[in-house]
Amino acid sequence: MEPFDPAELPELLKLYYRRLFPYAQYYRWLNYGGVVKNYFQHREFSFTLKDDIYIRYQSFNNQSDLEKEMQKMNPYKIDIGAVYSHRPNQHNTVKLGAFQAQEKELVFDIDMTDYDDVRRCCSSADICSKCWTLMTMAIRIIDRALKEDFGFKHRLWVYSGRRGVHCWVCDESVRKLSSAVRSGIVEYLSLVKGGQDVKKKVHLSENVHPFVRKSISIIKKYFEGYALVGQDILENKESWDKILALVPETMHNDLQQNFQKHHSSLQRWEYLKKAASQCPSNIKNEKCGPWLEWEIMLQYCFPRLDINVSKGINHLLKSPFSVHPKTGRISVPIDLQKVDQFDPFAVPTISSICHELDAIFTSEAEKEENQAESDIKHRTRVVGPSSCGMWDAASASPDEQCHVHAQDLNWQNPG
Amino acid sequence: MEFSGVKRRKPWLIGDQRKASYPHSLQFYLQPPSENISLIEFENLAIDRLKLLKSVENLGVSYVKGTELYQSKLEAEIRRLKFSYRESLEDEYEPRRKDHISHFILRLAYCQSEDLRRWFIQQEMDLLRFRFSILPKDKIQSFLQDSHLHFEAISEEEKNLREQEIIASSTSLGGPKLELEYVYKIPFADALDLFRGRKVYLENGFAYVPLKDIVAIILNEFRAKLSKALALTARSLPAVQSDERLQPLLNHLSHSYIGQDYSIQGNAGKISLDQIDSLSTKSFPPCMRQLHKALRENHHLRHGGRMQYGLFLKGIGLTLEQALQFWKQEFIKGKMDPDKFDKGYSYNIRHSFGKEGKRTDYTPFSCLKIILTNPPSQGDYHGCPFRHSDPELLKQKLQSYKITPGGISQILDLVKGTHYQVACQKYFEMTHNACDQTHFNEVLKLNRFTESICSSTVIIPYGCFGNTGCLVICCHCKTS
Repeated sequence: MEPFDPAELPELLKLYYRRLFPYAQYYRWLNYGGVVKNYFQHREFSFTLKDDIYIRYQSFNNQSDLEKEMQKMNPYKIDIGAVYSHRPNQHNTVKLGAFQAQEKELVFDIDMTDYDDVRRCCSSADICSKCWTLMTMAIRIIDRALKEDFGFKHRLWVYSGRRGVHCWVCDESVRKLSSAVRSGIVEYLSLVKGGQDVKKKVHLSENVHPFVRKSISIIKKYFEGYALVGQDILENKESWDKILALVPETMHNDLQQNFQKHHSSLQRWEYLKKAASQCPSNIKNEKCGPWLEWEIMLQYCFPRLDINVSKGINHLLKSPFSVHPKTGRISVPIDLQKVDQFDPFAVPTISSICHELDAIFTSEAEKEENQAESDIKHRTRVVGPSSCGMWDAASASPDEQCHVHAQDLNWQNPG
Repeated sequence: MEFSGVKRRKPWLIGDQRKASYPHSLQFYLQPPSENISLIEFENLAIDRLKLLKSVENLGVSYVKGTELYQSKLEAEIRRLKFSYRESLEDEYEPRRKDHISHFILRLAYCQSEDLRRWFIQQEMDLLRFRFSILPKDKIQSFLQDSHLHFEAISEEEKNLREQEIIASSTSLGGPKLELEYVYKIPFADALDLFRGRKVYLENGFAYVPLKDIVAIILNEFRAKLSKALALTARSLPAVQSDERLQPLLNHLSHSYIGQDYSIQGNAGKISLDQIDSLSTKSFPPCMRQLHKALRENHHLRHGGRMQYGLFLKGIGLTLEQALQFWKQEFIKGKMDPDKFDKGYSYNIRHSFGKEGKRTDYTPFSCLKIILTNPPSQGDYHGCPFRHSDPELLKQKLQSYKITPGGISQILDLVKGTHYQVACQKYFEMTHNACDQTHFNEVLKLNRFTESICSSTVIIPYGCFGNTGCLVICCHCKTS
């Protein structure tokens, strides 16, 4: 893949916004069938321009207006905000207090940095294939809950472009949810609590709620490969001391001794499980039995959400198909059917697709260029072995149905 | 509702019609009444309901809500005042009608300020909670339906399919027997307080809520609706208040039972400074007792303590002159310069008596205010000992006050359950053994309209009972 140079962004973006950005489908999504008058026109967008110039309250009349403005301003970054009571670009003309955010998709932002305390391979903005499994587990756990517990049907998962994933829930009733209910949903989905000063971040009660039980089943499928082999969390004294901090003190000596005798994280984990189920249950305030094992698994693997992103109706979140200015990667949708195969390093960068387009242009005739262009568009939807659910990978014709999810979703008939 | 000065026409309804207009012994007050009613009945209904809500408040402070004692006392009170409460009784029309009309009348009086609304909503919620708790289970469905709440109980089969999950999710379910429980299916967004803490089973956008938890949801609905309704009422109030017949009554209602009730003016001058030391150990609530002790020991109190204790002293009858003398004497012992006191502290004392600035005659803090706001930090002595003291220290303090071990453990249990005011009540009972419960309740009702018990009584506004209760130190009570 062509290496990405941030200095080339202005040129690359020009090409991207002229030839590659999927305006038709994008507009079709945000217009939601045109059922509610002015829904698209009252949507706030924000642009980050060159030199970090940030402009809010952008709004557009229709698809062609959107296209023209984006091509004119060449934004480095595009955020999507709420649907307001009035056109956002006229908000200064509205009587004070009358300009209100009314509806927005329910969004989630999962960021790898929030897991720094439990991943040994990378930290801060770095990611690798070893820790990416955390995102895979997060997507599976959260998506299952959104679908099966809350009954949400239209969920779009997107790669953020660097170190995490976003989720957009677009059901009609969900867009109308209050801030309080959104916070409640995040609370329901939260299990890992506490900052740097808190050692043990997960405490289960004796009664295990079905949400927790089902999440643990999902984690179990990945735990051995991810935590015991990949992260090797019981590799040596330094790493297993962190696990011991989560376990009652009375068990420490026994575990330390036996860990020395074993040779791999796998073996040590087996021993820990056995020891946990055997310890006497009359220890005050400390649970033994499977809870202990589950609490450790959850602390190392359970998703960590940022409540501030989800609770505000007016919160702005990076748009799908926006480009990440530091990595050049495009925020592509993730196909839920192929979550395990998604490779963030195979996601096209703006340089790679632009250079491809360029190469084709210089070496082939006009009409083949058009074919090649749609070829590339096709490929931004089909990323390596994984495919984005956003568009049907089978055909690149302009009348194709716009799917927000791999499932069939016809915006013309809402609800 | 029409108000006529003329003798009312009693609405004569045939038996079934009467039953139909009030099908249940409790209601959400969704529809305002539409009858003609005389001024006298208007006033009587209002006063009766006010008495009822006051009792609800007092009982809620004296007993832990939901316990048998609380329930039976509340039921007795409702029956005494002739309001509706039980479904199975015979001719319930009059009590239910009374309940209906009086609620709406009080809305007029209690919509006017944030404090009044909060108080009114709180008592109405407690009343509704009680009535709902005694509703027979088979009547619940029809009540919910009639109140336009879309909660359907699910069938046995649906319950069985989800039995394990429902049991695993709900902490309120006693044992593994789900057959005996009603379970309701409601949209998840209507069960916010339950699902956010994962206290209910969610499936496909619905919460499966056992009966015990439905109450919380219903009460939340009620609170939200009543709050909105009160806001609306406040807006149309000027029209009502312009009716000269109603204005004095409505004002009287909202002022007489909230806030400035125990007659401070009546108290003024009844205490002499040399009585304070002995009163502090015999009759002060623990919060004031500890403030007084700290003041005597340190010859100083910080701002929070000065406010809480100073207003209390005013409430029990200290005049401005006495207060100035009291504080100055004590602060001077702490090597404060008399001039500095005059400059720095006396203004504030005069201010709290309403003699400076906007001249508000401030009232002593209520228990709720002391418990909920401005928690004490290092070096502070204000606050509520039951709320803010470490349990070990509280225990020692109670022991030094010579409370019996049995009493101490009762108090500590109440504190653990966050029933701080009831704990204070218990403390009062332990330190004033002569007064029995009925006498105590009589004492609680002291207000402008009842006489003091004997002429040499001093009325102490024991913050325990909200803003309105008083502790009467009776001359015939051996402990005063």
